[in-house]
Amino acid sequence: MSHHSTSPRFKDNAHAALHDVQLQRALSNVRVGFIEKRAKAAGKLPEFEALRDSARDIKDHVLAHLDLYLEAYVAEVEASGGVVHFARDAAEARAIVTAICREKGARTVTKGKSMISEEIGLNDHLAAAGIEPVETDLGEYIIQLRHETPSHIIAPAVHVNASQVEEDFRRAHTHLDATRDLSEPVNLLTEARGVLRERFLAADVGITGANFLVAETGTSIIVTNEGNGDLTQILPKTHVVLASIEKLVPTLEDAAQLLRVLARSATGQELSVYTTFSTGPRRPEDLDGPESYHVVLIDNGRSSMLGTEFEDMLRCIRCGACMNHCPVYHAVGGHAYGWVYPGPMGAVLTPSLIGVDKGGHLPNASTFCGRCESVCPVRIPLPKLMRHWREREFERHLSPATVRSGIAAWAFFARRPALYRLATRVGMNLLAFAGRKKGGTKGRFRWLPFAGGWTEHRDFPAPQGGTFQERFARERAGRPPKADAEPAATTAA
Amino acid sequence: MSTARDEIFASIRRSLGVTGRERPRRDVVTERIARAPAGVVPARGAVTGRTRIDLFIAQAEAALATVSEVDAPDAVPAAIAQWLRAHNLAATLRMGADPRLSAMPWGDTPLAIDEGPSDGSDLNAVSHAEAGVAETGTCVLVSGPHNPSTLNFLPDNHVIVVQAADVAGDYESVWSWLRERFGKGVMPRTVNWVTGPSRSADIEQTMFLGAHGPRRLHIVVVGGRGETPAS
Repeated sequence: MSHHSTSPRFKDNAHAALHDVQLQRALSNVRVGFIEKRAKAAGKLPEFEALRDSARDIKDHVLAHLDLYLEAYVAEVEASGGVVHFARDAAEARAIVTAICREKGARTVTKGKSMISEEIGLNDHLAAAGIEPVETDLGEYIIQLRHETPSHIIAPAVHVNASQVEEDFRRAHTHLDATRDLSEPVNLLTEARGVLRERFLAADVGITGANFLVAETGTSIIVTNEGNGDLTQILPKTHVVLASIEKLVPTLEDAAQLLRVLARSATGQELSVYTTFSTGPRRPEDLDGPESYHVVLIDNGRSSMLGTEFEDMLRCIRCGACMNHCPVYHAVGGHAYGWVYPGPMGAVLTPSLIGVDKGGHLPNASTFCGRCESVCPVRIPLPKLMRHWREREFERHLSPATVRSGIAAWAFFARRPALYRLATRVGMNLLAFAGRKKGGTKGRFRWLPFAGGWTEHRDFPAPQGGTFQERFARERAGRPPKADAEPAATTAA
Repeated sequence: MSTARDEIFASIRRSLGVTGRERPRRDVVTERIARAPAGVVPARGAVTGRTRIDLFIAQAEAALATVSEVDAPDAVPAAIAQWLRAHNLAATLRMGADPRLSAMPWGDTPLAIDEGPSDGSDLNAVSHAEAGVAETGTCVLVSGPHNPSTLNFLPDNHVIVVQAADVAGDYESVWSWLRERFGKGVMPRTVNWVTGPSRSADIEQTMFLGAHGPRRLHIVVVGGRGETPAS
């Protein structure tokens, strides 16, 4: 669970992922289920598109007034008996959590699923301090046993197949009967339930993330299907909430607006099974619940994104719809992205948080098909933001020399249309001649200079002669003149 | 006042180009929190009477809860005993000190009743909901000695009793009710929205019930059958 990044090696990671048979089998579960379920849930709610607008507007409003909502939120948490801590970066956040655990004499800590905890690399740090972190979300538990990082923000073990989980459980749960039947996935679930139940009851501190923080009431909200986040926070004496500063919403009504789009976008459920609103520690008359309640508000680069072209990214509610609909994610999975956040949202957020020098490859891992933006519940213009990063990467001379010289050559011709037309005509005719059908070559190139990346994996079809512009001019001339404008599809070409 | 706090506020204000003292900005925030505008509320929940109860039941069942209906609180214990028997579950039941539950005739059933929060060894528990939400078939539970939160999560089988009159159309109505009861800006330690039994699809995206919370959720709706259908 390190925050060490392999993002700079994205190309190698992706190459390895494409040849990983287990991974490709597991990824087939993403390509079908998520997309269909989301479409169905969205289709069942006539107000869904209006709710997406509402969700976007709420987050924009909060970001424009973030300092004031933070002030109001902190005052409410303190009024309800909770303690608020501020952390500028990952190291500060880790130190605060470790200090709370030490103060409570904690030996084991249960954890609900939290992406910010992954971002700050909390588990390794706790373990090094002699405090055992136990992930309790089934997917997180599986990858903790495998010493892996999540490959998806809502389905962390989506890259793992059931047979691999069986191997992991047999290796880790040596106190159980070695001849037990784990061939059915439901048996794996039951075994994890039994093993983790003991850990829940024994934990000294419970750490959760927060889907939302409510300024009106000082409430933190978590959303789960398993109920692990609840057992994590109501059984131990101390509940620690980790949240980045952009999780704020003004009121309970605003939270309800966002909750209506969150589960539908994520899993296609109308609402997750457990939506939990936690405010302060247990009250004097309460018979259960935590005796102390701490919130660690983490900046880690967010405040610097405000007021920039990347501010839109701070609307993200971590539903995972963008990666569920991304052809690049479908092909390479989450680990190839090399850091905590994969898919389109990761391609935009990662360079913001760890630097474009390290994360600059990720915005290039896009076909710009636009599906991510079309399903984003808070309408983040993800393709546009990826393009901004590409521009920054180019401006800062971080793109490879071959790319830069290629673009420079293209720019030279593009600014000289007559020369461009001549060069492409000559080029196309040469290629058409060289690749003409003869003997067994079938009008295809098995190898082309400067196009090795393409021809290594498949043949390059030979042009049939003539350029696009020539054909466009010819077809337009051959058409009877019309009084009204050209149809949009033709002009767009 | 910690340095980290000051620096984070300073950084936010620098990025936004504000001082934090601008009167109009402060007024906007104060007013929004005070007024709590509802936003877009789906028309689906804007139904009343029997139609609302039918929607609540249909949505709860779609979330894989089971539902039974009784006409009066006195009939709740027998309905729960029958449900436990029908599923071959032990005749035990843990509950909090909710007076609405305490007033029910548990002695007329063979159920062995335990009181107080769960330590993780209970098979069955019953809670009384503060409200239901028809929009998604959701039960709203609040923490406290009446209905300890551990009962919602530790037992294998959870029964929730909800009064038909407490079934709201939408979440916004529930927030109004909670504000009336606890005061503006005040919340109990835990408010749980429960929509169906616990589940996980973390292994190969195949869904199974009973991940960490209850494997079964049964809802008993009280006094909804007398409601007349409404447009």
